Amino acid sequence: MADFFAMGGHAFYVWGSFGVSALFIIVEIVMVKQRRRTILQRLSRIMRIKAEEAKRHET
Amino acid sequence: MSSINWFKYASPPTFYPLAGRLAPLFGVLAVVLMVVGLYLSFFVAPTDYKQGEGYRIMFIHVPAAWMSMFIYLVMAMWAAIGLAFKTRVSAMMSQALAPTGAMFTFLALWTGALWGKPMWGAWWVWDARLTSELILLFLYFGFMALHASIDDPRRADKASALLALVGAVNIPIIYYSVQWWNTLHQGASISPGAAPSMTSIMLTTLLIMTAACWSYAIAVVLSRVRSIILERERNTDWVASVVGPDNRGGRG
Amino acid sequence: MGMWATFRCIVRRDLTLAIRRKSDVFTTLFFFVIVVSLFPLGIGPESDTLRTIAPGVVWVAALLASMLSMERLFANDYDDGSLEQMLLTPQPPSVLVFGKICAHWLVSGLPIVLMAPLLGLQYDMALDALGVLVVTLLLGTPVLSLVGAIGAALTLGLRGGGVLLSLIVLPLCIPVLIFGAGAVEASTSGLGAQSHVAMLGAIFVLALCFSPISAVAALRISIE
Repeated sequence: MADFFAMGGHAFYVWGSFGVSALFIIVEIVMVKQRRRTILQRLSRIMRIKAEEAKRHET
Repeated sequence: MSSINWFKYASPPTFYPLAGRLAPLFGVLAVVLMVVGLYLSFFVAPTDYKQGEGYRIMFIHVPAAWMSMFIYLVMAMWAAIGLAFKTRVSAMMSQALAPTGAMFTFLALWTGALWGKPMWGAWWVWDARLTSELILLFLYFGFMALHASIDDPRRADKASALLALVGAVNIPIIYYSVQWWNTLHQGASISPGAAPSMTSIMLTTLLIMTAACWSYAIAVVLSRVRSIILERERNTDWVASVVGPDNRGGRG
Repeated sequence: MGMWATFRCIVRRDLTLAIRRKSDVFTTLFFFVIVVSLFPLGIGPESDTLRTIAPGVVWVAALLASMLSMERLFANDYDDGSLEQMLLTPQPPSVLVFGKICAHWLVSGLPIVLMAPLLGLQYDMALDALGVLVVTLLLGTPVLSLVGAIGAALTLGLRGGGVLLSLIVLPLCIPVLIFGAGAVEASTSGLGAQSHVAMLGAIFVLALCFSPISAVAALRISIE
């Protein structure tokens, strides 16, 4: 097991490559999710305001 | 003619749910391929007799480099379609592709540097491939910066689309000139990506890892384009019906 | 009005405007001179080192200097509305844009070409290397103006347009830099500069064909 992680002395380079790649992929996924959440929140706020306005016009 | 009306999918209200159905599919595919690819990369592919275990970086470096170039071409293609047919979704697709392409370009540079250090003894060598990747990263940055600094979204779409096309025309010239420059200056003798004697299992692993990156890119770009569509079309009725006040916009 | 007459008219107009605003011309030229003169101060005065880096330094400085003036190619006409009027005239817009690019090169590119041999002497360059340098600059700086025009049209009227312009145009100009500086190096190392100059010529022709059309398309995008 330790041999596996040592990568024949190239551990830093190999795990540095794969680790940073994994990190970037995770960060990108989080950012995409975040962007979606932001726009959905903004949209529902717009909807709510519109609905309230419509109600006020009725009364 | 009974052909499919492709323009139907070019309208945001039809494309949005389509992307919503496809994205998880490709996401699952990406995870499966990635697991298989990583298993092959670390446990099945044999140790290279020249480069030792260090060559395993190839399994992420080469797919990243391929994806970085491929995504730029796809981005330019969507840009061209957008300019020619004035379809809004095409421009949004090219916008959604850019960050992922830039990310793969950066990863290709990063892993190239980490591969170069044990092979050449230097983090950075002005090798033709690495230099071209660096220029490609600049092209991505220019594309995104231009789009970000124009307030009017329609002008931003068209302007960045034109820039993507000019860049795509230039890429072969840049690549050729960098290679010319590199041979003239007698650069590095081994380059990363000049694969060690490839066994067939190495090639299989490489292709599976590439397929994994490809599926990942499709999944993440489709998810991003959905947000872009909502941002752009926020004042339309169809968005209101998709994202009602109670409906949190999950499905659909 | 014929196409040639239109072209001459635009060039003459832009040159007249440039002569009235001499400071613009001199800023670019001084920037070029200052950048080239800074390198020996940063690197040290050994003439062997300087001779090696001279072509690259002169070329990079030319690249930066031409970016500096590029922003103004359409900006003044855009601000006073005359650019919009020009595009509305029945004259082919690519001829108008080409005229503006030519005038811009005469005002900002040509002085750089003429100044380069003097700066080359500061770097102890050989005479034939100086000759090659001037030839490559003569072929290359128009390409910078042509490609820069697309960027200038795309970034028209944007905040921070100048920096953005450099960001999007500089990467596209790398082949010009490689072949331009490479030609001088090849000639000093005895390889002969013909192939480099031929490549530069090919790029020049390519830019000549495509750049005005692309710049017009970019202008239409920015103005509408």
